[in-house]
Amino acid sequence: MSDSIYQEAIKTLAQAAHGAGTLEAATGEARLDNPLCGDRVRVQLRIEGGRIAALAHEVRGCLLCRAAAAALGLRAPGSSAEELEAAAAALARLLETGEPPAGLWRELAAFAPVHAHPGRHACVRLPFDAAIEALSRAAAGSG
Amino acid sequence: MIIVSDPIVVASPSDARAAFPLLAHDPGLHYLDNAATSQLCAAALDALVRHETTCRANVLRGTHRLAEAADAAYREARAAVARFLGGVSADEIVFTSGATASLNLLAHSLGATLAEGDEVLVSVAEHHSNLVPWFMLRERRGIVLRVLPVTAGGRIDLARLPQAMGPRLRLIALTHCSNVTGAVTALAPLVAAAKAAGALVALDGAQAVQHGPVDVRALGVDFYAFSGHKCFGPNGVGVLWGRREVLERMPPFLGGGGMVDRVELTGASWAAPPRRFEAGTPPIAQAVGLGAALDWMTELPWAAIRAREARLTRRLIDGLEPLPGVRILGPRDDAARAPIVSFDVEGVHPHDLVQVLDERDVAVRGGHHCARPLMAALGVEACTRASLALYNDEADVDALIEALAHALRLLR
Repeated sequence: MSDSIYQEAIKTLAQAAHGAGTLEAATGEARLDNPLCGDRVRVQLRIEGGRIAALAHEVRGCLLCRAAAAALGLRAPGSSAEELEAAAAALARLLETGEPPAGLWRELAAFAPVHAHPGRHACVRLPFDAAIEALSRAAAGSG
Repeated sequence: MIIVSDPIVVASPSDARAAFPLLAHDPGLHYLDNAATSQLCAAALDALVRHETTCRANVLRGTHRLAEAADAAYREARAAVARFLGGVSADEIVFTSGATASLNLLAHSLGATLAEGDEVLVSVAEHHSNLVPWFMLRERRGIVLRVLPVTAGGRIDLARLPQAMGPRLRLIALTHCSNVTGAVTALAPLVAAAKAAGALVALDGAQAVQHGPVDVRALGVDFYAFSGHKCFGPNGVGVLWGRREVLERMPPFLGGGGMVDRVELTGASWAAPPRRFEAGTPPIAQAVGLGAALDWMTELPWAAIRAREARLTRRLIDGLEPLPGVRILGPRDDAARAPIVSFDVEGVHPHDLVQVLDERDVAVRGGHHCARPLMAALGVEACTRASLALYNDEADVDALIEALAHALRLLR
């Protein structure tokens, strides 16, 4: 069953590593750790005109974490804060139910099998949690 | 229903497997995560069930028939632990909720006798359970924490002992056996140096007890901590053994019922050890189960079991080393080691690896193993660990190696 976690879509996303790296002139930044495994994600973003103009991430983590960060790097630029928050909420619902909810970024549907492995949910959510935190800091001007 | 199994003589891993209900019910499982939790032996499970169905009552309080039966069972559990630790006095056995609680008890109670500037020596190889309580004591009491490094081979670097021992050394608190590398600490020089300096020695025995009885007097140490769930007993129970004369000098950690001689509104006086350190209702049935597990272990042919564990460890290392990108962390030799082998796989995260191995019914552990300073010293953030117990055999080791080869093809 869980063989499907490591399906090609996930591996391809992780290998593509969209958004990997650092960002010049970031307006918001957050670094989050997964205390269970020591994984770490740093997300930087730049807000311009009420939208995410650019996003970059550095991931020291598992394949699932890297794939989720890549989806973020692919889809977050151009989104509003509300759209990113909605995407993170949809991802959380996917992991909780195993069913892709409306509004889920299509790249994230590949994470549906992770639903059966609650111990791995944090791996997938970590980049999004970091992005939401970075958004919050950008809004507060404390990026 | 009372389940009473026939005694099982363990002459081979398959015999041992039959003595573990979970493994008997899941014959396809290759359980190699024994350093995290060993399986519960039938003797312990039977004792647990028997206790809860025939003499469940509180201890050290009641005088009715059940209470007296519970008292007797709890007393016998303490005696079983004392036998397992080389025939020490049962009054030196303190039941706790686990090794972590034992080490916290020590840090609080012995720590209360330390003054600002007194020194405690630990090592880089410690589990967080034997680091964080001392960090907290440093915050409370202003002690100085000194740290022994590890060698490139992952063993505690005893060559650095003279420099690590300061003039106010009061305690050396070390792991008996690393939960990551399996390296067994060379105790003789440490104990000799501690005695010469007038310092005490405490061992975290969490990983050692699974591999046979421990004679704490012969080791020459002053304290020994371990958990029931790592030596085929129940979880929720652990032990702190301490030399009587040292325990008697220590104030209690937790206050409450059972640990006092007298209580008035103006204050209280403490019961003698071990009760002084067992405030409240202890984990009674768990202690009874632990006692049964240790009695069962004490009767096993440990020389043969250790030789088999050593052969399997060698088979595991020999199987891992040729795999591309696999690097064994810690000692690769056979000397002074437990059957615990951790490894790093270049380009593959331990959690991904563990997931794929699990799909092949191989249970191992990935992560930092609550030993982040050791991870840093070994140059990794996390790693994968296989840990063997007396019920493992060649098929378990071979299944791991085969599943690992498959995982590397899938994940790279």
